[in-house]
Amino acid sequence: MDEAVWDIGYLVASILFIMGLKKLGHPRTAPTGNLYGAMGMLVAVVVTIAQMDFGETNNFILIISGLVIGGFIGYLMAIRVQMTGMPEMVALFNGFGGAASALVAASEVFRRINENDLPEGLELHVAWTAIGLSALVGWVTLTGSLLAMMKLKGGIEIFGTWYRTPTWGPEWLNYVKGFVLISIVGLLYMTIEEPGNQDYVIAIIALSSILGILFVLPIGGADMPVVVSLLNSLSGIAAAFTGFIIGNNVLIIAGSMVGAAGLILTNIMCKAMNRQLIDVLFKSFGGSDKEQVTRTKVGSDPEEVAMVCDGISKCVIIPGYGMAVSQCQHQVREFADILEANGCEVKYGIHPVAGRMPGHMNVLLAEASVPYEKLIEMDDINSEMGECDVAIVVGANDTVNPAARSGEGPLAGMPIIDADKARVVIMVKRSLSVGYAGVDNDLFYEDKTMMLFGDGKQMMTELVASLKDL
Amino acid sequence: MELVTLIGAITVFILAIFLGFELITKVPATLHTPLMSGANAISGITIVGALIFSNTDFNGGDPGLAAWLAFFALILATINVVGGFAVTNRMLNMIAGKRGGK
Repeated sequence: MDEAVWDIGYLVASILFIMGLKKLGHPRTAPTGNLYGAMGMLVAVVVTIAQMDFGETNNFILIISGLVIGGFIGYLMAIRVQMTGMPEMVALFNGFGGAASALVAASEVFRRINENDLPEGLELHVAWTAIGLSALVGWVTLTGSLLAMMKLKGGIEIFGTWYRTPTWGPEWLNYVKGFVLISIVGLLYMTIEEPGNQDYVIAIIALSSILGILFVLPIGGADMPVVVSLLNSLSGIAAAFTGFIIGNNVLIIAGSMVGAAGLILTNIMCKAMNRQLIDVLFKSFGGSDKEQVTRTKVGSDPEEVAMVCDGISKCVIIPGYGMAVSQCQHQVREFADILEANGCEVKYGIHPVAGRMPGHMNVLLAEASVPYEKLIEMDDINSEMGECDVAIVVGANDTVNPAARSGEGPLAGMPIIDADKARVVIMVKRSLSVGYAGVDNDLFYEDKTMMLFGDGKQMMTELVASLKDL
Repeated sequence: MELVTLIGAITVFILAIFLGFELITKVPATLHTPLMSGANAISGITIVGALIFSNTDFNGGDPGLAAWLAFFALILATINVVGGFAVTNRMLNMIAGKRGGK
């Protein structure tokens, strides 16, 4: 039988990937889409193993143990991760994907150099270019993703007090990045000139790893979702280049498709934050000259707030990263249940970038069994804010900061949820300090705003208790 | 690699990029993270390359540097694939599971 017949299996896998990705973009079909993707992957793996010639030796040991070890670790990580840690997990998996492509490229180049099996002519150019590009993109993805993960984790805002992983990037760093990139391209050219010299390959790996770090270092924590999405796109491209190395279409199709789709998704996410991709990547902002908080505001206690909430007819809950950190979604739900039992209409206003990743809040609230219909996207909730009696902001700051409307400062032009249009605003927050963007929030100091200073979970628990006592 | 194969591969590459651009149009914010995670799992397709290069003869017991690199790539790619699809599934179940549907 002609070996090319196996390619039909890869075609099936490719079709499953295309349909899967398509379905993942629509809420109703998304779970099916994910299943299609997984099936496509299974088909690709089975086809690959089925056509292998194992010979008489026991060389399948590496394959079996690799699949078992990787599958076990991956499954365990996926099952055990907290919902709050989801963004970091995606970043980490993404880094692994990029590293895998880069390692495959390295494996091929070292095998050929060690066995002195160097290609010639066109094949040399194709193979070595593909290997070089795969290494470049793969290592950038790995180190970039790892740094992004640490920024997501380390740059944590706990109700306003924020610690960030180093974010550093003067203007000239962009030139350094450009220089490193040009050096890598130069090295790539030299590997083709002198294919047997593995020093060049090692230099490419080292420089690419550095480039990944330089790339993510200047970007602030709030922009991490965009960066992770872009790195996701890159890891697809790395897989496509790997496809050129082994001459396999399914890698080229799946890889470049994910690369392109990832770029579109990155753009959609930028739009949700009203930012330009170029600005995100090359113009660092915020944080460095953060304003000092000089004004004060007297905090309220849960009993007061509970009294205000008594007998209202419409309430909008606006969650933010603080809710994710304190894991208080169940308390929030309980609070909403009590209000609803008293005949109040409760809705949730979800800002597109609330939390650290789009969709973060939806996942958390879904975990607390909040019905999907009650989660309202920003534009739709804003038209209702005027008739809202009480807006409860749980651990959010920048996403309700009216400063965004002024057209000045780092938040300029970012769409916000109009919490300030509600009759009473209740903010559950650790302190008055600034949010991720480093801008003071006027909303705190308005007369109609009541501040509940404290940990989200504790405050919501007390609030629920007070409501019950009424 | 022959020229005709190369041009074929480049054709596929370019067309798939266009396909990817068209595939995703309007995505509700809720699905951004699951979509990213699912796409990321698909990019774990590099597992095929890792599998092929992991298939090495043990000459004298040591598979050699190239095979070890491929083996390591295989582990990482499998983590990416299995973990990626599982995590996406978990997220989607949480979002979709509460709407009375499946």
